[in-house]
Amino acid sequence: MNSFTPGEIMVVRAAKELQNDEVVFVGIGLPNLACNLARRLQAPDLVLIYESGAVGAVPSRLPLSIGDPCLVTDSISVCSMVEAFYYYLQGGMITVGFLGGAQVDRFGNINSTVIGEYKKPKVRLPGSGGACEISIHSKKIIIILKQNKKTLPEKIDFITSPGYINENNQRSSYDMPGRGPVLVITDLGVYTFSKDTHEMVLSEMHPGVSLDKITENIGWKVKISDRLEITEVPSEKEMRIIREDLDPEKIYLR
Amino acid sequence: MKNKVMPMKEAVKAYIHDGDTIVIEGFTHLICFAAGHEIIRQNIQDLVVCRLTPDLIYDQMVAAGCVKKIVFSWAGNPGVGPLYGLRRAVEQGIPRTIEIEEYTHFGMVARFMAGASKMPFMHLNTFAGSSLPNENKNIKKIQCPYTGKFFATVPALNPDVAIIHVQRVDEIGNAQIWGLMGVQREAAFASKKVIIVAEELVDRSVIRSDPNRTLIPGMKVDAIVIEPFAAHPSYAQGYYDRDNQFYVDWYKVSKDLQGMEEYIAEWIYGISDRNEYIKKLGKNKFNELKADQRLAAPVNYGY
Repeated sequence: MNSFTPGEIMVVRAAKELQNDEVVFVGIGLPNLACNLARRLQAPDLVLIYESGAVGAVPSRLPLSIGDPCLVTDSISVCSMVEAFYYYLQGGMITVGFLGGAQVDRFGNINSTVIGEYKKPKVRLPGSGGACEISIHSKKIIIILKQNKKTLPEKIDFITSPGYINENNQRSSYDMPGRGPVLVITDLGVYTFSKDTHEMVLSEMHPGVSLDKITENIGWKVKISDRLEITEVPSEKEMRIIREDLDPEKIYLR
Repeated sequence: MKNKVMPMKEAVKAYIHDGDTIVIEGFTHLICFAAGHEIIRQNIQDLVVCRLTPDLIYDQMVAAGCVKKIVFSWAGNPGVGPLYGLRRAVEQGIPRTIEIEEYTHFGMVARFMAGASKMPFMHLNTFAGSSLPNENKNIKKIQCPYTGKFFATVPALNPDVAIIHVQRVDEIGNAQIWGLMGVQREAAFASKKVIIVAEELVDRSVIRSDPNRTLIPGMKVDAIVIEPFAAHPSYAQGYYDRDNQFYVDWYKVSKDLQGMEEYIAEWIYGISDRNEYIKKLGKNKFNELKADQRLAAPVNYGY
């Protein structure tokens, strides 16, 4: 078996979800790496849109921020943020939104705002940025984060970006254009969502990860798919692109 | 015609006062750090500072005690970590307690749009299912008179002053930007006064040769400051790269109160203007960040 880091298998697994004809709203970090890996493999025509207004970006280096100048050079368009949010996102152009966050609950609701009370925070996090509206408007959402009992807790203190909200799928009462989260990819496995209870269901474990490890690192009694699979091991080609081209300095994939 | 070109010190003194609501916009690109530093040096107090991403510039202004309230949608050091100056103020009241008023990016974009178009509010489809409306009573709803559907609304944002950094400007303030444009046009049109800070002063004929690139017209501009490299450690497309190492290092600099105070003492109070800042930064840094040449194909405006 190839050796790979937890970050690397997350990126490789996420990249497989992206088809050639998709338009992705890209966040910085692991989502950015996954999109650029997909672009080098099965999806050369994937359109990357960054909330900064870079459309069809082809970054030649790993951008530290979503406003990096390398996203502008050779892109197909640079729009104002009015256009990025009103026309591209609310206008329904985005097929996939990639989101991270500090915490995700079982219904795919994301907290990136605050731990503790809003007015008396234990930890003040960055806030929404565009994540709230990305979760509402993208046709589907893929969530990427490292998992433990703190990042996947029973309850979150604040919903920054709505998933299905609760077991009754309160999301459907808001008439949102996007269907919501379809996949949560962590460093240990992959989760889909139950059509009945709208909660995360473990559908894949990464190679070398035990079921005990999964259950020890999640804040509730997680449902397990009866067709549980083992995630495909990253290929040599995938690893080479990541290590030599995308993140040679291991900024995101230590 | 009134000469609007003036040094940074004069522009800040003339247009920014204690208690003002201000915006120094620029989404990652073209953030005017030089103006923020001058505001700190002039010890302007009780400011309400608005930006989508407070970035290091508002982190420094909060840490220096200039800020009463911050209006924002994403407060972090992108790709690196938190803004510790802002966190210390919000979590511990250091150096003073500050109020926060929080939106999403879309919400802030809509607020500037409403402000620019002199509407009292703007409607948009977001916030549903999020906890934010519980904490920010300025986020409300309206029923569409045509479809009966409900949409979120946000109030207009009309700052007293906008400070907008651009690549080039002429002597009456016609300002051109290329690369990321963020919400600078909306922020400028929404604000009562506008200060343009530019990398270069160019002849009117240069502006007229490429009118599509003019983001803000001179008629909206009150003061012009010509100050190359005024956006460092942010960047100016085609002039200099983002100083990503500075952003990475800011984590260590700002994590402890002492480090933050030392930075402000040495790099803001310890110098008098941007020229000194550039000298202190050194020629090597300047050369390292100098942009490569990637010229656009010329276009024909003839008829």
